[in-house]
Amino acid sequence: MTRMAAEQRHRIRFTLNGEAVDRACEPRMLLTDFLRHEIGATGTHVGCEHGVCGACTVNVDGRPARACLTLTLQVEGSEVRTVESLADRQGRLGLLQSAFRRHHALQCGFCTPGILMSLDALFARRANADEAEIRDVLTGHLCRCTGYAPIVRAALEAAAELRGETNREAVDA
Amino acid sequence: MGEFPGMNVNAAAGASTAKPWVGQSIPRVEDPALLSGRGRFIDDIGVRPGTLHAAILRSPHAHATIVAIDTAAAKQARGVAAVLTGEDIKALTASLVVGVKAPVECWPIAVGRVRYAGEPVAMVVAESRYLAEDAIDLIDAQYEALPAVIDPVRAMDPGAALLHNGFPRNTASDRSFKYGDPEPIFADAKRTIAITIRYPRNSCTPIETYGVIAEYDPGEQAYDVLANFQGPFSIHAVLSRALKVPGNRLRLRTPPDSGGSFGVKQGVFPYIVLMAAAARATGRPVKWIEDRLEHLTASVSATNRVTTLRAAVADDGKVLALDWDQVEDCGAHLRAPEPATLYRMHGNLTGAYDIRHVAVRNRVVVTNKTPTGLNRGFGGPQVYFALERLMQRIAVELKRDPVEIISRNLVPADAFPYRTATGALLDSGNYQQALARAVSEGGLEALNARRDQARAEGRIYGIGFTAVVEPSVSNMGYITTVLTAAERRKAGPKNGAQATATITIDPLGGVSVQVASVPQGQGHRTVLAQVVADVLGLTPADIRVNAELDTAKDAWSIASGNYASRFAPAVAGTAKIAAERLAGRLARAAAAGLNTESDDIAFAGGFVFSKRNPDNKSPFSRIAALSHWSPGALPEGIGQTIRETAFWTPPELTPPDDQDHVNSSLCYGFIFDFCGVEIDRVTLQPRIDHYVTMHDCGTILHPAMVDGQVRGGYAQAIGAALYEEYAYAPDGSFLSGTFADYLLPTVAEVPEPLILHMQTPSPFTPLGSKGVGEGNCMSTPVCIANAVADALGVADIELPLLPARLAEAVRGAEMAAPSGTKAPETRHGDRRLSGEGSAKVAASPQQVWAMLLDPTTLAAVIPGCHSVKKLSHTDFTAIVTIGIGPVKGRYRARIVLSDLDKPAGVTLAGNVDGALGFGSGKGRITLAPETDGVTAVHYRYDAEIGGKIASIGGRLLDGAARLIIGQVFAGLARQAGGDTPAKGGVIASALSKLRSLFGGGR
Repeated sequence: MTRMAAEQRHRIRFTLNGEAVDRACEPRMLLTDFLRHEIGATGTHVGCEHGVCGACTVNVDGRPARACLTLTLQVEGSEVRTVESLADRQGRLGLLQSAFRRHHALQCGFCTPGILMSLDALFARRANADEAEIRDVLTGHLCRCTGYAPIVRAALEAAAELRGETNREAVDA
Repeated sequence: MGEFPGMNVNAAAGASTAKPWVGQSIPRVEDPALLSGRGRFIDDIGVRPGTLHAAILRSPHAHATIVAIDTAAAKQARGVAAVLTGEDIKALTASLVVGVKAPVECWPIAVGRVRYAGEPVAMVVAESRYLAEDAIDLIDAQYEALPAVIDPVRAMDPGAALLHNGFPRNTASDRSFKYGDPEPIFADAKRTIAITIRYPRNSCTPIETYGVIAEYDPGEQAYDVLANFQGPFSIHAVLSRALKVPGNRLRLRTPPDSGGSFGVKQGVFPYIVLMAAAARATGRPVKWIEDRLEHLTASVSATNRVTTLRAAVADDGKVLALDWDQVEDCGAHLRAPEPATLYRMHGNLTGAYDIRHVAVRNRVVVTNKTPTGLNRGFGGPQVYFALERLMQRIAVELKRDPVEIISRNLVPADAFPYRTATGALLDSGNYQQALARAVSEGGLEALNARRDQARAEGRIYGIGFTAVVEPSVSNMGYITTVLTAAERRKAGPKNGAQATATITIDPLGGVSVQVASVPQGQGHRTVLAQVVADVLGLTPADIRVNAELDTAKDAWSIASGNYASRFAPAVAGTAKIAAERLAGRLARAAAAGLNTESDDIAFAGGFVFSKRNPDNKSPFSRIAALSHWSPGALPEGIGQTIRETAFWTPPELTPPDDQDHVNSSLCYGFIFDFCGVEIDRVTLQPRIDHYVTMHDCGTILHPAMVDGQVRGGYAQAIGAALYEEYAYAPDGSFLSGTFADYLLPTVAEVPEPLILHMQTPSPFTPLGSKGVGEGNCMSTPVCIANAVADALGVADIELPLLPARLAEAVRGAEMAAPSGTKAPETRHGDRRLSGEGSAKVAASPQQVWAMLLDPTTLAAVIPGCHSVKKLSHTDFTAIVTIGIGPVKGRYRARIVLSDLDKPAGVTLAGNVDGALGFGSGKGRITLAPETDGVTAVHYRYDAEIGGKIASIGGRLLDGAARLIIGQVFAGLARQAGGDTPAKGGVIASALSKLRSLFGGGR
């Protein structure tokens, strides 16, 4: 393992939501702080800084990760995706986000980015994820506003849409 | 329409028959930004260049005299602009106002003495938060510990240590009240049934923590503060007094988004004083974002309360009189608005019941715990836990059905508005009908059968009930009930609850709404758009709502803010009033243009038109913009139609009268809950099998949001009932400093409730709506407790309903271990650390002995050791950095050796202290020669710890202690030149333990 001098800034390169990042930071810089305060990607939230609440969940090389327990230098060469990647550039919400909106699956919205990223990773990995799997993933997140039921419903509906069981456009029209 | 994709845009069709927007669950205007990472929470908003970042050093002790604070090294540290202690803050500010008349001071940082674990002791402001935290570690604070007072009842003992000289016997207030004629009724009653409960400390813990950004302008001697404060803005007066500026020189603003509050973000205000003072001291903006450990340790929580409640009961279960004795624990300081938690429910101490005779004794005490503050339910959970446990006990003692006991006592349906014995005016309701509907639609009969079946199978199953009156829109004068009538007369009357809303029309006819409601996730912007759209005949997408508050520019008053469930009944209604006033003037303007009378004018579908002849119409925007472009074209006497600010305060909110009657709130919703709970026979873990919650919150403005409030409160209440407690050790150490210690329910622990509604509009609010946000925090914990009491057949129930606690209730206290057996291992939440282990070192006992006593070797083998000094043959000091879980800190250790038995054994006794905590312990190391020049080292230790380090949990500490000690002996072995023969052993097991803690097992 490369040994990093604590007091120095080190070069860090990775891909964030498809765009190259090439910067420098101290070894102790948390990924949450780097994303939020160095890059300005403030969608990733900090709720506990000890890995329990899940608000800071991002996607590193296709797997969900707690950004508050990740040092920035650990993502060297990785592909990092955050909640900012879920809507398109025109701001149109993605399928999962739309389901959250329809079901009122958020109130203050502080925990929501982490939940979206965990579910997004689940659906990417397991397109056929069932309710038990969805609930299992959601146990890694704390939400103080919603009582969870609408989150489960939104996730189930998004999963059904992903499987092609419902056509949202048809329902909306 | 882009704002609401997929929405049914019915009003755009232009028909006056369009369904009102109010009452529809339209998608929230708040959501697109929040769902795509574009929210603007306080830590998302940039700061001015040159802004400094603050970190806070907090007391490890619950009660101690500050002997000295050496900040010299911290001041020299990289990037540090200033280090401020209590004395520095005191020089720049005045004490916070205290809620009772007493000669006590209340500072936002310890001055001379610390009174709770986690109390700020010093703060560093530096170029970055990282550097500020570095410098915090360099502050050397020395304390002399004092006895800590933790139990609120014992706090009143004559011999108890005193927190404040101005509060004799630690009692800040002791008031007795009498309503009706309770004494003779108790004297004559055939039956008196009583219950004593201890309500624990818990908190709704928003996922976003506190944040403050403060600036000071010396030229104008004015502060500008951005904080995720939630109100009440009566606190603004407390702040400007503390900062020694007139109110108009404290500009307090709130960010666009706030990550939940549930009352808790009221408690950010002492930090506003600290950061504002730091900004003044440094001449630069100062930002502080609280971390989770700080939040759990030292933000605010619900009060813990000890209540004895007695009832005089007739044979048929009718409650004739109540006698409340409440001892309220507000923690170390009586911070504004306390003791409001105790008095918020004063008008409705009889709950949903028709009880005419009430005696009350209210005592407010201070203890060495974090000062309390707002928390969802605010006083309701404490009161209803006592009242509804009592109703369950009455049913048990009279051997009657609990539903029958509740029904017999409910306020009659034809009695509204009903004046309670203590002064509340219950506005509307039909409690009997709500109960009957809940029983039938919620399936109580089937649930009874389910319980009977379960019991027949030998399972433990119970059913619980609660009836609750949920107050909303607090009377700003209720807190003055803590004063005597004479004191109130002297201070002047306090009452009412000013709500405000402003509607503005821009030159193109666009409508904007601004309110002082400070939402923290509830969706106020969406509902306000619905309310105003209905009045002006527009769609919610046409209305832009801004709910940020700026005390320098916006309309606001002391009642402003997001608390007491006041949005739907007060703020939304005030927006309606403002819109109607504007619509009335616009109608006159339109009538002139359309050649008709103003009462013939209607607004719908984006048009202003004649009701008699709908084709005679004009676009809304055209009429709306007239006042900008052609004020002269407006008829005489209209004035402007550009901006309307409405203030509204309900006349029903009168000050307490001379007999201490108080209408503490404006509206009173009704809740009737019941649930079935099964308790596992082996683990005693309760599981909610079926939960029904019936609400009557008056007119419903947005059904999905109302259900969201119910579900959210219910989930927090499940936490309060089953898992959550801010726990303190007997010495006042705080034990719940992480989300692994303070357990919030996850999706797996929150079964979905069946939510039922009834709508009896409030006659006192503009929209007929009442508050609904807090009710389940009042009803659900005691409903679950009643089910558990029913299941187990026990009378004493204490929250949270931990299996260990239930085990004591069911099986009696655990037997003591037989003498001579080994002491048990460290348990969860226990602050004692003990353990033993062994290692093998490839050296002779004499060599190992020499190494153990050699400072250079020790410095090399102790992980994180900066230095070891040998003061004498048996006396060492060391400076060590230890990281455990999220907490890393520098410690100063003093170790004294005794019982030296060279080279076979030595006893070490010592203590450590540092910014993160303190500890003391004793250990014995024995050395025994083995073959091949190897020495077997055996050690055992027993230690006790406190301070921040105690807050992160026994589990982590236990594992970490083993790991560190293991590393010491591994280091010794390395130093001795051999490998570590103690393969596996302690080191491997400690590592695997830590790994499993951090999610490896999931």
